[in-house]
Amino acid sequence: MHKLLTDQPGEKMLLLGNEAIARGAFEAGVAVAATYPGTPSSEISLNLFQMSHESDFYFEYSTNEKVSLEVAAAAANSGVRSFCMMKHVGMNVAADAFMTLAYLGVKGGMVILSADDPFMFSSQNEQDNRYYGKFGGLPLVEPSSVAESKEMVKYAFELSEKLQEPVIFRTTTRINHSNGIVELGSITPPKTKGYIKKDPMNQVPVPAVSRNLHVKLLKNLKLAEEIAAQSEYNFIDGDGELGIICNGVSYGYAKDALKDLKLEDKVKILRIGFSNPLPASLIKDFLKGCTKVLIIEEGEPFMEEAVKAFAFEEKMELTIKGKDETLFSRLYEFDPVMVTKNIAAFFDIAYTPPEVPDLSNVPEIPQRPPNLCAGCSHRASFYIVKQAAQGMDTICPTDIGCYTLGFLPPLSMGDFLICMGASAGASCGFSAATDQKVIAFIGDSTFFHSGIAGLVNAVFNNHNLTLVILDNGTTAMTGHQPNPGVEMEKLGMEGYNRISIKSVVEALGVPKITVIKPFKVKKSIKAVKEALEFKGVSVIISEEVCTLYAKSLKTLKVRPFHITDKCKNHKTCINELACPAFFLKNDRVHIEPDLCVGCAVCAQICPENAILPLKNRE
Amino acid sequence: MDVTRLIIVAVGGQGNLLSSRVLGEAALLAGIPVRMSEIHGMAQRGGVVESAIVFGDAASSIISDGCADVLVGFEPSETLRALNKCNKNTVVITNMTPLPPFTVAIGRGVYPDLDQLQTLVKEKTARLIAFDAVALAKEAGNVLAVNMVLLGALIQTGILPLTADQIKEAIRTKTKKAFVETNIKAVDLGAAAAAQD
Repeated sequence: MHKLLTDQPGEKMLLLGNEAIARGAFEAGVAVAATYPGTPSSEISLNLFQMSHESDFYFEYSTNEKVSLEVAAAAANSGVRSFCMMKHVGMNVAADAFMTLAYLGVKGGMVILSADDPFMFSSQNEQDNRYYGKFGGLPLVEPSSVAESKEMVKYAFELSEKLQEPVIFRTTTRINHSNGIVELGSITPPKTKGYIKKDPMNQVPVPAVSRNLHVKLLKNLKLAEEIAAQSEYNFIDGDGELGIICNGVSYGYAKDALKDLKLEDKVKILRIGFSNPLPASLIKDFLKGCTKVLIIEEGEPFMEEAVKAFAFEEKMELTIKGKDETLFSRLYEFDPVMVTKNIAAFFDIAYTPPEVPDLSNVPEIPQRPPNLCAGCSHRASFYIVKQAAQGMDTICPTDIGCYTLGFLPPLSMGDFLICMGASAGASCGFSAATDQKVIAFIGDSTFFHSGIAGLVNAVFNNHNLTLVILDNGTTAMTGHQPNPGVEMEKLGMEGYNRISIKSVVEALGVPKITVIKPFKVKKSIKAVKEALEFKGVSVIISEEVCTLYAKSLKTLKVRPFHITDKCKNHKTCINELACPAFFLKNDRVHIEPDLCVGCAVCAQICPENAILPLKNRE
Repeated sequence: MDVTRLIIVAVGGQGNLLSSRVLGEAALLAGIPVRMSEIHGMAQRGGVVESAIVFGDAASSIISDGCADVLVGFEPSETLRALNKCNKNTVVITNMTPLPPFTVAIGRGVYPDLDQLQTLVKEKTARLIAFDAVALAKEAGNVLAVNMVLLGALIQTGILPLTADQIKEAIRTKTKKAFVETNIKAVDLGAAAAAQD
């Protein structure tokens, strides 16, 4: 049995934040959960996916975040509890549905989880999604610890049902990817089926309907603010004339700082866990007893601007600071010493930060950037396209996935990236605005997510471009989640249909379609050359399963290669491919047999045919 | 209770997260408050994995520069890279078997000299325990047990509020049955190595 299904209320478990959140949704009796995977949210859905096999609730990997939100919205409007989770930028994809769903509201509880990523550990931006709460006019809650996450998910479902509208649950990476001790609660069995009553005057937002719905939304916002003012998740610790207002992980850092600075009796903390709408009355009361208030929040000055406005409304004379060149930054994440230092500075308390060793005499340590795996089919595809495009003045838009790493030398295939699916759309723009040869790269999951629309556009407007679809049979980057092109039978799962990328591309009327097997290098280069020379839209589908995925499915046949005496040290292999299985010893290239899986791409490009399968391996 | 801060650094695939998990489970068994944070951006693609583990009465789950009481490095150059987390009182435990990053293989960096590396760590911290954990893992019966060897060394120092028995209990109940014996042997070998150092 999956550990998160354990029916032992009171039992304590060490859980990852994302596990605690999945457990919280399960305890709350979630009936329908839908997602598109994205770090740092991915383990929530991974656990729910696994749990759903042994439980009554429905889970799906949807095509993209917008679809997942629509699935959850419909489920909640049928009267069951639904949960939809995504990384922060996924909210941008889902925003169209989100903004109007706010008007429609829900019947069963619906929680939308946004996993923000301050410092961009695994993201292209660090947008602060608390603004989606404000933008959509919906309640937003955010936990400060792993243990609190689980309880707060349950609270979010209840709040959603009370207000009859979705609730946003916002996390940051340090919640998602922290572990803490969590006490299991009792499990509410899900109400798995609901019923949707036809009510077009409330459910079909044509202008005349929407004008009423917006009134309802604003009324609800007022009610939400009253609830926020009473909420157990907005609370005050301590007492004194000095104040701190904080949210999320900053609360923990502030607590530890006050202890270190022995300020626990002098500074009070208002912890905001229900942060949209902000509880104006509670905050105003808090400010009244204070002479100085420090706002500690990662990201944007979301609370700070509001708190200053509240003070202005009340004509209060006190110092309120947060984002400031001498205090907190809008950049990156905070840490305990940074918070302690700023609290000490703001309240004029002596503090000596820990002494960091003088590292000036430490030699430069070689970087260890992530790299495409040994035997990764993307490396072969990039090499092939690069060879086929020799002599062309190219521009290579790329997309979001492992293959983004192809932008690094020596492959250097990836010149322009915006967001999921943008390789296809941006290619159309480069085709219109330049005479360069446009060669775009997109993965299978990203193609289904939002690349198809760009390709439709390319065909319709007759752009001149080549789209290379890197089909490795899984959503590799986030941990091998299924996508519409995946063979679910291989995962031992029935009841799914598989969508063939080639059939989709054919159906769109793409005039030139080429399928390559990237581990057949010479044949592929020839085929790709033809596709690149085609004027108009050409699509190359490069089909080879992800090595790590094959390993996990136990279908990978490992056959390591080695470099024989015939090697004349051209170093073409290492210089062109940079496979991590290569290493240099006494200026000669060697292959690490424990890493090499035997894709044989290097063997095919060696000018001396010096790379051969390693026989008689122990 | 007092707060003890531990940083573990490793290369993706070295089993850092499992060793953190064992420590966390041992703390849970012992009734010691614990919070852990892990950063594993594309770890499967050969990147660095860092865990921060905070034992005792604190609310933070990450560790600022200069604040680690103990640093465990699974790879010597990663130990050196994490020196910013240490201070003059920090105890450092490191495996000495290098896993040179790919940048070195393609000539975009020079791997640090191992003797110099040890001198530098010693000069900036309270104590360095350095040994070949890979050899001991092999001796225990599984080259992948480097993480357990280092856990053994860590427990031997007595810095953590945990005992070897609690660690072994967590290994018995929370790791794969097939590896329990090897893992426990690895812990013992690591502890013996640290005792000699």
